[in-house]
Amino acid sequence: MPAISRREFILAGSAAAGGLLLSCRVGGGPGLAGVGAEAVDPSPTSFVPNAYVRVGSDERVTLIVAQVEMGQGVYTSMPMILAEELDVGLDQVQIELAPPDDSLYTNPLLGDQETGASSSVRAFYLPLRRAGAAARSMLVAAAAEQWSVDPSSCRTERGVVTHSPTGRTSSYGALAARAAKLPAPAEVALKDRKDFRLIGTPAKRLDTPDKVNGKTQFGIDVRLPGMKIATVAASPVLGGKLASLDDSEAKAVPGVRQVVRLDDVVAVVADHMWAAKQGLAALVIRWDDGPHARVTTADVVRGLDAASQKPGVVARSQGDAVAALSRATKKLHAVYQVPFLAHAALEPANCTVHVRKDGCEVWTGTQVLTRAQATASRVTGFPLDKVVIHNHMLGGGFGRRLEYDYVTQAVRIAQHVDGPVKVVWTREEDIQHDVYRPYYFDRIAAGLDELGRPVAWTHRVVGPAILARYAPPVFKDGIDPDAVDGAVQLVYDIPAVQVEYVRHEEPVLNTGFWRGVGPTHNMFVVESFVDELAAAAKADPVEYRRGLLGKAPRARAVLDLAAKAAGWGSPLPAGRGRGVALLYSEWDTYVAQIAEVEVSKKGEVRVHRVVCAVDCGTVINPDTVKAQIEGGVIFGISGALWGEITLKNGRVQQSNFTDYRVLRMNESPEIEVHLVQSSEAPGGVGELGTAATAPALANAVFAVTRKRLRQLPLRPGPLA
Amino acid sequence: MLTLTINGNAQDVDVPADMPLLWVLRDVVGLTGTKFGCGISACGACTVHLDGQPIRSCITPVAAGVGKRITTIEAIGDTPAGKRVQQAWLDLEVVQCGYCQSGQIMSASALLASNSNPSDADIDAAMSGNICRCGTYPRMRAAIHRAAGSAPASAKGG
Repeated sequence: MPAISRREFILAGSAAAGGLLLSCRVGGGPGLAGVGAEAVDPSPTSFVPNAYVRVGSDERVTLIVAQVEMGQGVYTSMPMILAEELDVGLDQVQIELAPPDDSLYTNPLLGDQETGASSSVRAFYLPLRRAGAAARSMLVAAAAEQWSVDPSSCRTERGVVTHSPTGRTSSYGALAARAAKLPAPAEVALKDRKDFRLIGTPAKRLDTPDKVNGKTQFGIDVRLPGMKIATVAASPVLGGKLASLDDSEAKAVPGVRQVVRLDDVVAVVADHMWAAKQGLAALVIRWDDGPHARVTTADVVRGLDAASQKPGVVARSQGDAVAALSRATKKLHAVYQVPFLAHAALEPANCTVHVRKDGCEVWTGTQVLTRAQATASRVTGFPLDKVVIHNHMLGGGFGRRLEYDYVTQAVRIAQHVDGPVKVVWTREEDIQHDVYRPYYFDRIAAGLDELGRPVAWTHRVVGPAILARYAPPVFKDGIDPDAVDGAVQLVYDIPAVQVEYVRHEEPVLNTGFWRGVGPTHNMFVVESFVDELAAAAKADPVEYRRGLLGKAPRARAVLDLAAKAAGWGSPLPAGRGRGVALLYSEWDTYVAQIAEVEVSKKGEVRVHRVVCAVDCGTVINPDTVKAQIEGGVIFGISGALWGEITLKNGRVQQSNFTDYRVLRMNESPEIEVHLVQSSEAPGGVGELGTAATAPALANAVFAVTRKRLRQLPLRPGPLA
Repeated sequence: MLTLTINGNAQDVDVPADMPLLWVLRDVVGLTGTKFGCGISACGACTVHLDGQPIRSCITPVAAGVGKRITTIEAIGDTPAGKRVQQAWLDLEVVQCGYCQSGQIMSASALLASNSNPSDADIDAAMSGNICRCGTYPRMRAAIHRAAGSAPASAKGG
């Protein structure tokens, strides 16, 4: 997702450092996985310089983390950034989860309290540094005041202020009460990067010890006194309504307590999930499928194809690309398509709710705490301050938990249940009621000169505008910046470029963000098509790209690094080939990926090796960056080789991991990640591995088969 | 009433004999470390041990566990193989979201308990029933080799 504005970034940063947020006091246990965010009055001697940090007289330094942990390592990277400027060890910082509060914890890049879009480090790198530096400067000022010395004669290390000339020392805890009485500094100096002790060094993740022994509580693990467990059947067709229900057999299942019928969903409430599942299977439900009763995937594609015939809104224009294309010596035209995709996070959608007379409590895993709180408020009519959200570790996010449909549904069900109820979706329900990566349909063309160099490039992206629904102010002038992300940043030096966007909604499935967002579809199109140009020019794919990167030195550097590490050009066994892809987008990270694949005679694709070279600017925790890219690549392989959600009679045809295939251990390639040392601003890393993978694989399949696959998933078919 | 032996403790449960062990563990006994992922033995998140053998508890009737030693993620660290696997997982920073990791660690621990020096093919055979959506496969492979005290048989393992 794109930035809201850089100006908000600065404002949020200075607010965080400016001590305007003294009233923010949140409490909770010291654990990472606990049900954080209850308002508890901390020790009155605590020093709370801003919304993010609290220094207690007991020496405890607490970071209130606005971002949620879904495996990407923010519970470690966020404290590292704070600890660096505060001059404490990472082992001296404990974290607490921020409560839902957009006024204090808005992600400055996204506009609300949100974890997504590979934005956490990008968004909080400066605010957390300023927060730490402000707190440090106030603690130093307190020590200097106490000793009647010049603050500049004091230094700090591991939570202790030392007066250098005399060697006097005082701990942060001992200074906290005095520091709390001082005015917050209007401006603070940040460390020179040469003095970094933590940023850029590999740190052990703080959330993992409890994840290897079963202690970590995910949303689905919540247990409350008197809690019932429910599972659901929602209308299999979007927009369908319940026509009739016979629940007599379901109610006879031992352990089933109640059947809740709403207009678009039926829930079986039971003592345990087994009874609920059996009860659900015993229901006789008839749905009125509504207007989408007969829809198939082909209908969706027809609609997109028709929309693609007309010009769209111009999202990037440079030169007169249409004229240049018509004049070109050689012209290439192509249509690329990518399918609907489910997220299939391993923790199925779930949410526990207790609706009381005077308020409502929600336990779940969400990437959007304030949106979850708001929907519970809207459904119940309770004001926000009567809706408590307990957020948990997320068993995978991948964009699925940027949506709160499962929270809304659970609250609606809980309104009919006496006491707390945990609503757990089956895997089938999860795959068939996802908020899917949209189907996109792109028309792309290029003109080449007599030497095969591109002189014109036109790219028309056709698909829904997720941001028009999700963040309406960002959808401006008819352009969804996410839908064209990666397409408009085209790094190649081409004299005439035009990128258009045609908004086309097909309201037969809910669509939303999927790991890799816009670039996951656009990079497949752009980087496959660049490969087509290279082939038309009879040029080596790496050399061809290289020749177009004269004005993009960081892009060329990662390309060279990847090519060298992957042994580009060195011989491979028969049946194997390499493919390359280069990525640059809103995440502000440069990636080159080279995949080595084997295609069997039957047309099965196996990925043997993937090499990524990454320039993501300043790195906080290098091992986590590598892990994110490894994981992103594997997520991308699943999607590129097999991922496809199809519709028949308005219904999603896939249901479980048997027909929505994902990569397994025996299919997993060797993955190498090479990080470029850089002092540029941090870029996003959580999604780029996914976005770079499909084109690298498609290009590698072409290298083996000479078949250009313009549609995902990649199905080369039997080889001649 | 059935009597189960879970992590060394005898426990009476009043549940139907055909109820999958997964839901007995999670919803009745309250051991939530064992996870629900698919319900059809396709993802391995629910893996526990019966007498040391890895099984998918989402399709295993609780009656099949009577008279056997049931071991879950909460106690696997008490076994030599489980302890080594957990440590290797931390040493190589395998875990991301962590949701599948209970099942992964149970599968890996059973492998190492029966095969002290598994090859990559052995690892594939033992681990391919466990899905990880975060994509920690290369690190898990390396961590199993590490727990076994052996270098990877190939460069595989990233």
